[in-house]
Amino acid sequence: MREITFSQATLEAMSEEMRRDPTVFVLGEDIARQGGIFGQFKGLPAEFGYERVLDTPISETAIVGAAVGAALTGMRPVADMHFADFVTCAMDEIANQAAKIHYMFGGQARLPLVVRAPDGVVKSAAAQHSQSLESWFVHVPGLKIVIPSTPYDAKGLLKAAIRDDNPVLYFEHKALFAMKGPVPEEEYIVPIGKADVKRPGKDVTCVTYSIMVHQALDAAKELARDGIETEVVDLRTLVPMDIDTVIESVKKTKKVVVAHEACRRGGAGAEIAATIAEAAFDYLDAPVVRVGTLDVPIPFSPPLEARVVPRKKEIVEAVRRIA
Amino acid sequence: MVRIRAFEEKVEELFLAGKIPGFVHLYIGEEAVASGVCASLERSDYIVSTHRGHGHCIAKGASPRRMMAEILGKSTGYCKGKGGSMHIADFSVGMLGANGVVGGGFNIAVGAALSAKMRRTNQVAVCFFGDGASNRGTFHEALNMASVFHLPCVFVCEHNQYASTTPATYSLSVRDVADRAVGYGIPGVTVDGNDVLAVYEAAREAIDRARRGGGPTLLEAKTYRIKGHFVGDPEKYRDRSEVEEWKARCPILRFEDRLRAQGVLTEGEMEAIRAAAREEILEAVSFAEESPYPDPDDAFSDLYVLDTQGEGCGR
Repeated sequence: MREITFSQATLEAMSEEMRRDPTVFVLGEDIARQGGIFGQFKGLPAEFGYERVLDTPISETAIVGAAVGAALTGMRPVADMHFADFVTCAMDEIANQAAKIHYMFGGQARLPLVVRAPDGVVKSAAAQHSQSLESWFVHVPGLKIVIPSTPYDAKGLLKAAIRDDNPVLYFEHKALFAMKGPVPEEEYIVPIGKADVKRPGKDVTCVTYSIMVHQALDAAKELARDGIETEVVDLRTLVPMDIDTVIESVKKTKKVVVAHEACRRGGAGAEIAATIAEAAFDYLDAPVVRVGTLDVPIPFSPPLEARVVPRKKEIVEAVRRIA
Repeated sequence: MVRIRAFEEKVEELFLAGKIPGFVHLYIGEEAVASGVCASLERSDYIVSTHRGHGHCIAKGASPRRMMAEILGKSTGYCKGKGGSMHIADFSVGMLGANGVVGGGFNIAVGAALSAKMRRTNQVAVCFFGDGASNRGTFHEALNMASVFHLPCVFVCEHNQYASTTPATYSLSVRDVADRAVGYGIPGVTVDGNDVLAVYEAAREAIDRARRGGGPTLLEAKTYRIKGHFVGDPEKYRDRSEVEEWKARCPILRFEDRLRAQGVLTEGEMEAIRAAAREEILEAVSFAEESPYPDPDDAFSDLYVLDTQGEGCGR
């Protein structure tokens, strides 16, 4: 199978969906003339024009607010946030408006809206350009949260998100944009709400998503040399969460590490660990261990950043502690 | 105007009788704005409303029965009892929703206007908001974006002198909200918001301009909130004399005087209009009161649209 980058995979998803449905359009900062700051929109205006690939003022509030209004009136907008950190400027539009409109108005309105948010630590971007904020939105009923780890999943899930009639937050890790992986030429969709076992194993389950899937796979290779077989479960979407796949794995391995790049405290890992405790406590042979960024803002200097952000080493240590 | 007044007086009465859960914000005294603006809108045009939104709903053509049922928390209400007074919407008449967040509607209106422009439908989006909301950042982002993209959007400020308990004279950097239009390169117009014909004429011009592709307008209607911020507001922030002064400028009385003076309607004909409005609202109350409350388990429906992915994730 051919290999393309994560970035190209999302670009193909955008093109295919915009070709398929004339109501799909994308708006955001530096996306049309610049092609997106990570090149993830490059070339779209040539085929779809500058109205459907809409450069906006620096107004995250207005970008998401306008996307809500457009979604309510027959369009399927994709709103780009530049950096996930800047969703903070559109919190009312996401949490108070988009998440609640279908419910609050008794099901009258549909809100087919995607918010794309490049997140995560890359190249010493420091405290305001490195965060992983997905857990905030996991806490707000009415949203779907998609967070892929591979080019294949990125494409299939973005297409599913665009076709979904609900507001979807699509978190894409900045360090993954350049990563290559197999993506078939023919069209496919990855359904929202289905986890994927990226590596089978019998000894310990590592429940993870986004960039930490790759760290977990690397960790699993190292651990395998010592005879520890780690099963890597890539959640792919946090809401709805495919808890059945997680529990099935836990019943087999009886030991769980939950790993994400977001801060440990109040992270999605807490929800995952609690859910496992509620649903499969009797199967557990060890406490659930969480791996996440230490609870400080992401510091700038490389040794500081490396000190607080977990990678393969932290997952290996966590697995060894309970294996 | 008369139907809105009758509706709001009944809502106040029901609230004071303990029949309405939550809070209600009445539109009494400001009826000329919604009525004057919506008179120039087509059914397919959009409005975005506020926490004080009953008047906008009625003026845009929503059903008082389903509004009243919603306000009473009944299953026959517009939102099946999930929204209440601050969250009424009727998408069938282009009423895209009241909003519990002050200033939450600006950019939704911008998006509706953007969508209308992209779909080439000639629809116009009107955003109602108060003087207080014009201090939100959302106002400024919305006006800038609507201007930059030349959108068919009309921003209608109901300058009712108070942002909850804070007077506009304290919290606004300008005397007229319309002055803020200069910063966004769009027309800003101030009218007497208690003169329904003045509102009508200014709104018609702005709406026509938007429809012709002439871009957005900021229209400010100077008016007054006769009742408290919410029913039960102790109103310690203003003198009764100020309220009485504005009561004398009631938009309905003024319009009636004019119709009488010009011989358009007789007193008898006007009384017939008032009686019909009272009758309609009484019927709406009966409908609402006789309607059932939602089943408690209905709290779990409508969280997600289920058909696109085939499954939801609510419970």
